[in-house]
Amino acid sequence: MRFFRDVATIAHKDLRAELRTKEALNASIAFALVILVLFSFAFDPDPDEVHQFSGGFLWIVFSFAGALTLNRSLARELVNDCLDTLLASPVPAAAIFLGKVVANFALLAAVEIVALPVFGILYSVDLRAHLVELPLVLALGTWALSVIGTMFSALTVNLRLREVMLPTLVYPLLIPALIASMILTTDLIGGEPLGAGNSLWLKVLGLYDLVFTSLAMFFIDTVLVG
Amino acid sequence: MRDKILFALLAVAAGLLAWDLYKIFMVIPDEVNQGYIFRIVYIHVPTIFTAFTGFFVALVASAWYLASGNLAADAFAAGVTEVSLAFATIVLVTGSIWGRIIWGVWWVWDYRLTSMLVCWLTYAGYLMLRRAIEEPIQRARLSAVFSIFGCLEVLFVYKSIEWFRTQHPGPVLSIRNGGGMSPGMESTIYWNWLAFLCLATAITMVRMRQEEMAREIDALRRMAHSY
Repeated sequence: MRFFRDVATIAHKDLRAELRTKEALNASIAFALVILVLFSFAFDPDPDEVHQFSGGFLWIVFSFAGALTLNRSLARELVNDCLDTLLASPVPAAAIFLGKVVANFALLAAVEIVALPVFGILYSVDLRAHLVELPLVLALGTWALSVIGTMFSALTVNLRLREVMLPTLVYPLLIPALIASMILTTDLIGGEPLGAGNSLWLKVLGLYDLVFTSLAMFFIDTVLVG
Repeated sequence: MRDKILFALLAVAAGLLAWDLYKIFMVIPDEVNQGYIFRIVYIHVPTIFTAFTGFFVALVASAWYLASGNLAADAFAAGVTEVSLAFATIVLVTGSIWGRIIWGVWWVWDYRLTSMLVCWLTYAGYLMLRRAIEEPIQRARLSAVFSIFGCLEVLFVYKSIEWFRTQHPGPVLSIRNGGGMSPGMESTIYWNWLAFLCLATAITMVRMRQEEMAREIDALRRMAHSY
């Protein structure tokens, strides 16, 4: 029980720090909007075609914009040796990690909540049809993004080339989760509900979240403390 | 002793490779549908086996490092990963050559090809991460964790092949219940795998020694600076 209280404290602290300055959040949202506009030049947005690549398109926006937030997650603690102080506190490293994952999840979700309606309006896609199922897929995919992103943010926090290394390492590892999220999102936007045809990918996504969350919780002590 | 093992491994690899090449080009007949080019399977498949064996050994060595803190395990993991990545490159190149002739294109986004490419990118990331960290203990620790993550992720991607439509030829070897190859043709694949394994082990040994020397030089340099 105490563990979850610690997680909540860390998540609360991170969110409060971010909401005071909003530097990562504003940058991520602005970047997401810029990519949304740029894509209209890459593809001629014909409404029928948009349905076919909407999942892939949205997840590229989310994961690219997410990298900005994730990069800051641990790096923010470097100033004034906050990271060392956090690690020296009686809070276990796994709780610090999970708290940061929860905070990042909330920030990425905020970016998605802003980007989705804009996508719907700009590309004439009606997103209201699957108001229950789409958030489920988004939540599972965003959790994968937050867990792997926070883990590698911790892994690269002391490197000189942090900003470059994080995306290079994170995207290949995220591929299974991204494939599943893209397929499911495209299906939902195209009018096909979750079910027999794509339940496999829902399982892949769920399993990915479970396996990598456990693995990250197990190894975070080694990464942060040594 | 180490040199003797190294030369013995190289001799075995050379002998086996010469014998296999003779069989591949002189003894084994053309395949009915694909003709001459099918022979590339004797390089393609054993290199995949060697690369995956290597990545698995790297996983074990990384776990061994995390459990023991022995830097030799880290040097071993780094050496094995580098050599396996070279073999993975051969897999991609030979596959592309075969694809160009049989499919008419160098590359298709089939899931098996994609997963091999993702695997390649993941382990290339491992080597980049190693380059980016200077302090040996920190480098060993972080890259060991990365290797374990990478190996599991590759398993994830690889499983997705079997769940999704695929353009790549289905399994032909009897161990995967494919059974499309005649026994005379199939055995050469395994002999070649053995040859490649000997070669990979020999190169890894050389690479490990380099890694140990680099660490020794680094330690000496630090010592010299501290005076």
